[in-house]
Amino acid sequence: MGQRMQTLDETIAAAPVFAGLSADQLTLIAGCARNERVSAGALLGREGDPANSFYLIRHGSVALELHAPGRDSLLIETLGDGDVVGWSWLFEPYRWQLDARATGPCALIEFDGSCLRGKCDRDHELGYDLMRRSAASLLETLQSTRIQLLDVYGHARAL
Amino acid sequence: MHARSEPATDLASMVPAPFRVAGKRRDTADTWTFELLGEDPLAFAPGQFTMLCAGGAGEVPISISGDPDRPERLTHTVRAVGLATAAICAAEPGSVLGVRGPFGAGWPVADAQGADVVIAAGGIGLAPLRPAILWMLARRERYGRLILLYGGRAPDQLLYQEELDAWAQRGLQVLVTVDSAGPEWLGHVGVVTRLVKRAKLDSTSSVALACGPEVMMRFAVSALAEVGVPTDRIHASMERNMQCGIGHCGHCQLGPTLVCREGPVYRWSELDRWLAIREL
Repeated sequence: MGQRMQTLDETIAAAPVFAGLSADQLTLIAGCARNERVSAGALLGREGDPANSFYLIRHGSVALELHAPGRDSLLIETLGDGDVVGWSWLFEPYRWQLDARATGPCALIEFDGSCLRGKCDRDHELGYDLMRRSAASLLETLQSTRIQLLDVYGHARAL
Repeated sequence: MHARSEPATDLASMVPAPFRVAGKRRDTADTWTFELLGEDPLAFAPGQFTMLCAGGAGEVPISISGDPDRPERLTHTVRAVGLATAAICAAEPGSVLGVRGPFGAGWPVADAQGADVVIAAGGIGLAPLRPAILWMLARRERYGRLILLYGGRAPDQLLYQEELDAWAQRGLQVLVTVDSAGPEWLGHVGVVTRLVKRAKLDSTSSVALACGPEVMMRFAVSALAEVGVPTDRIHASMERNMQCGIGHCGHCQLGPTLVCREGPVYRWSELDRWLAIREL
């Protein structure tokens, strides 16, 4: 017998970013979510565009890129299973800061950012919880970026 | 296997033995792997190092990167970063290098039997871990999951690229990431610490081996500890100013220990109190 497919609610509840939220909170979040599948190369978000959505990667990989005129896009980071793509929906001016592109076929959960923002405005406990989680994720990203900037694999004397 | 060497006083550990360069392979723009042949096989434990020298250019500690089950060939991967290492990297097949050793404490690969083993390597830090990987893969049935988390600066600076797939086929889960890459790179981009969460470790049964730049190791250990791996099950290979290699000169002192003798592999729980002292 094959494995039973996880429901949307179960997938959201199992995601590291939502770990520990109450059943009621998870229900509120799932109300703004839907399953989505995209092909390789699909653009999930484009730098400067309104950030109306964000994504949880179920399976696949998404590259965060920075556009540079006259040259190939600069690859900043790749995200994988269980990672969240995009936090700009939560912060003004609600615009994508980078391009987010699927590097292969991806199974995602797409969240309606304005729907969830509205729920956070009405339910401050949910809003506080999500804000804490976004801050933790952003802090991790900041720390990773600092390590990347150090170029730790360069010659020892360069450190 | 978690070898601890005693202070050496015999002549053999003080006088370099001649080893002929039997083979040389370029790994990256500035890194070469050498196959050396001595008069006798040099048995070693994974994680140990030798003091290696090219005539007139000084001596440097270099971890052995070969297969411990094939001691007849001494393998070293060397990055040209200074006078001594540049002279070693310039050595051509047929020329002779001086070798003292092996020295130091190795990876606890025998103690880790029965456990999952996660290997966190950064840059040329994969070289000292290669013997541990080969040793464990040769005894694959004795271990749970074997996972390699390998981070490098860019795709063209990753070591042993042709071996990574072969290791994966022999039962090593290989996750590779680079700090920066062009659009042609289809692998991960980001720091090696990010791979820790992706590996989905069973922290209760995992032993970790880490080697790379000290900053990278600090953050890797922090990420491992965050997912629940106790610091007394995390082992790291340290680099200090090793000169004699036999515990006499004291240049490589770290806290109350000498890295050439008690190290270079330490439990992180023994290390962190000394690393927290910036003056050391």
